[in-house]
Amino acid sequence: MNKAAFAGNDSPESPVVRRLRAGIRARYRRERRFRRLGAASLVVGALFLLWLLGTSAFKAAGAFSQTCIAIDIALDAAEFDGDAPYQREAIAAAPYNRMIRAALRAAFPEVTARRDKRRLYQLISDGVQYHLRDRVLADPQLIGGTHRLWLLADDEVDLLIKGRIDRNLPQANRRLSDQSINWIDRLQADGRVERRFNRHFFTAGDSRDAEQAGILGAVMGSVFTLGVTMLLAVPVGIAAAVYLQEFAPRNRFIDLVEVNINNLAAVPSITFGLLGLALLINFFGMPRSVPLVGGMVLALMTLPTIIISSRAALAAVPPRIRQAALALGASRVQAVVHHVLPLALPGMLTGAIIGLAQALGETAPLLAIGMVAFIVDVPGAVTDPATALPVQIYLWADSPERAFVERTAAAIVVLLAALAAVNGLIAVLRNKVEKRW
Amino acid sequence: MATLTALCLLFIGLPVALIAAMHILRRRRAVCRRIEAGLRGFLLLCACLAIFTTVGIVFSVLFEAIRFFQLVPVWDFLFGLDWSPQTAIRDDQVGSSGAFGAVPLFAGTFLITVIAMAVAVPFGLLAAIYLSEYAGRRVRATAKPLLEILAGIPTVVYGFFAALTVGPLVRDAAASLGLSASAESALAAGLVMGVMILPFVSSLSDDVINAVPQSLRDGSLGLGATRSETIRRVVLPAATPGIVGSVLLAVSRAIGETMIVVMAAGLAANLTANPLQSVTTVTVQIVTLLVGDQVFDSPKTLAAFALGLVLFAVTLVLNMVALYVARKYREQYE
Repeated sequence: MNKAAFAGNDSPESPVVRRLRAGIRARYRRERRFRRLGAASLVVGALFLLWLLGTSAFKAAGAFSQTCIAIDIALDAAEFDGDAPYQREAIAAAPYNRMIRAALRAAFPEVTARRDKRRLYQLISDGVQYHLRDRVLADPQLIGGTHRLWLLADDEVDLLIKGRIDRNLPQANRRLSDQSINWIDRLQADGRVERRFNRHFFTAGDSRDAEQAGILGAVMGSVFTLGVTMLLAVPVGIAAAVYLQEFAPRNRFIDLVEVNINNLAAVPSITFGLLGLALLINFFGMPRSVPLVGGMVLALMTLPTIIISSRAALAAVPPRIRQAALALGASRVQAVVHHVLPLALPGMLTGAIIGLAQALGETAPLLAIGMVAFIVDVPGAVTDPATALPVQIYLWADSPERAFVERTAAAIVVLLAALAAVNGLIAVLRNKVEKRW
Repeated sequence: MATLTALCLLFIGLPVALIAAMHILRRRRAVCRRIEAGLRGFLLLCACLAIFTTVGIVFSVLFEAIRFFQLVPVWDFLFGLDWSPQTAIRDDQVGSSGAFGAVPLFAGTFLITVIAMAVAVPFGLLAAIYLSEYAGRRVRATAKPLLEILAGIPTVVYGFFAALTVGPLVRDAAASLGLSASAESALAAGLVMGVMILPFVSSLSDDVINAVPQSLRDGSLGLGATRSETIRRVVLPAATPGIVGSVLLAVSRAIGETMIVVMAAGLAANLTANPLQSVTTVTVQIVTLLVGDQVFDSPKTLAAFALGLVLFAVTLVLNMVALYVARKYREQYE
């Protein structure tokens, strides 16, 4: 029965037919509505994803460039101890801050009042003296001359140049005074203000000053943490999967183990943090805030994921492989180690990377074991205090300074890019290893 | 460092050494059999690590919680209406002794979970139905990875989005309706959490709906029902136990979700059912109590473990019921 069958009927409609026809129309309408509802909820998901990624990318865009100001700095030889060639210590100990301030005063000779001078100094980032020191250390020839050097501007100046500060607001409502804005405008008119690629963001550790803060410390922390996680979780996960899939007898105890694994996969991640805090840090006396402990906690957390996907990889190897090996006289262990395992290994690897992706984005357990400290130094070992990339996002998102918003978004972009790379790897591996038996 | 080396030697070195020994001594069958037994023992040990982990979680949380309950009576903790865990950090400091009534936290967790499920269940279920019953190959090929991306985004990113974009939006929207909303509203956190859980619900339900035998659909369609009637009257009732299981798992996730609420839901322990107000949850308080300088023996720190115990117990029950229901359901159609 369909519409055409009714339409072909020319005879005057009886009320019954009309009712039937209306009923069918109503049912088809409901059908279409239901179908559209389903499509709409998919569209809602897609739009939300676009919204989220779009906002993050839009907010992050500013963080990849940074305002620099060109200042003529006189590196007076008298400021350096000794004579040329200068000792490294002499170069390192020179009063760069004084030279920078003198250069700023020289650029704006009319500034004399103490308060104004202090404001003038604030145009430049606090960290510039160290950058200048490193520059001179790298090239001692600079000493004795006057050079136009590009120096990192303060984060408020940066926001002004990027158009994030409304100049029309009353002076009391913004952190830059009219006077400072005036100075910046003059510098800009001279062509001495420029937005350059934000190298610091990728090469520095965390900092209280937004313009100097970078993600390298957090990235290294993540690398160390995930390194520990993978070293522990992958072998244990594969071993457990091999036992459960290939050797385990069917009994109550094994059932218990399996229920346990499935349950652990669904336990809130913060609980693993509590375990790490109480057992590893408090009971075994391991240090707080280090990637070693973080990695161990994440290893326990990712273990169920790795076991479950490794078992799927083992189950995909057809039984005839095992039977053939056993028929030729191999023991069960030999059949598994020599034949099943090599065939299942690529699939297991995919499972391991899925676990890696999960651990890469995890934050909550790391908060519980103290990997949220403010750490400037880039960690160099698994026992150095560190944060991880998602934790850094959390810390920066909490920060009241506006300049950190774009850095938070930029860190998110980096994290998502890393996750995309990992997932791309998974897709490639899957296509490569997917074998039809 | 020494710990890591030792663990690596145990978990990587030992099996490699055993396999190598087996290879070298392959002609001596008796020795080989011994080594094989050893290797199996090692594998069993690894499989049992899951049990050790659960036992470890239970004991570490339980012991600290018991210490907490020696300081604060269980009754006050479970049924007290006032939560203000700020206690004096040093002995000589003047400060309140703190109040540890967790009801506002349970209520806040409940409120946010309800909002999240109100988003995730209808949208997730409809998406799953569309994908498994209507969508063609092409739509599936684009929509499934899309949902996987949504599922793969770290929760801290959702948290940032909830705090900086959705929160202010909710506040402004409420203000334009003449309502006053806090920037850290339960609604913002719940909405974003709902979207986070949506792919979880949809992929689990998708599996469940696909497991319903085709013969049931064919029977219904053969009797003249439309597809939506078939879905509503035949497929969904048949799939209900499985769907209930996946919803329970989703609830367990919503309760245990930490970063979104830490960043977007706020710290104030308000006992309210108003989704526009700021509420706090169990996980938020666990994080707040543990972050920062602390003495390990203070009731403040121990309270985090008591909350952890409640969280673990509730999610454990939910997971167990969900897994049991799912297993029963699978057996039904196998």
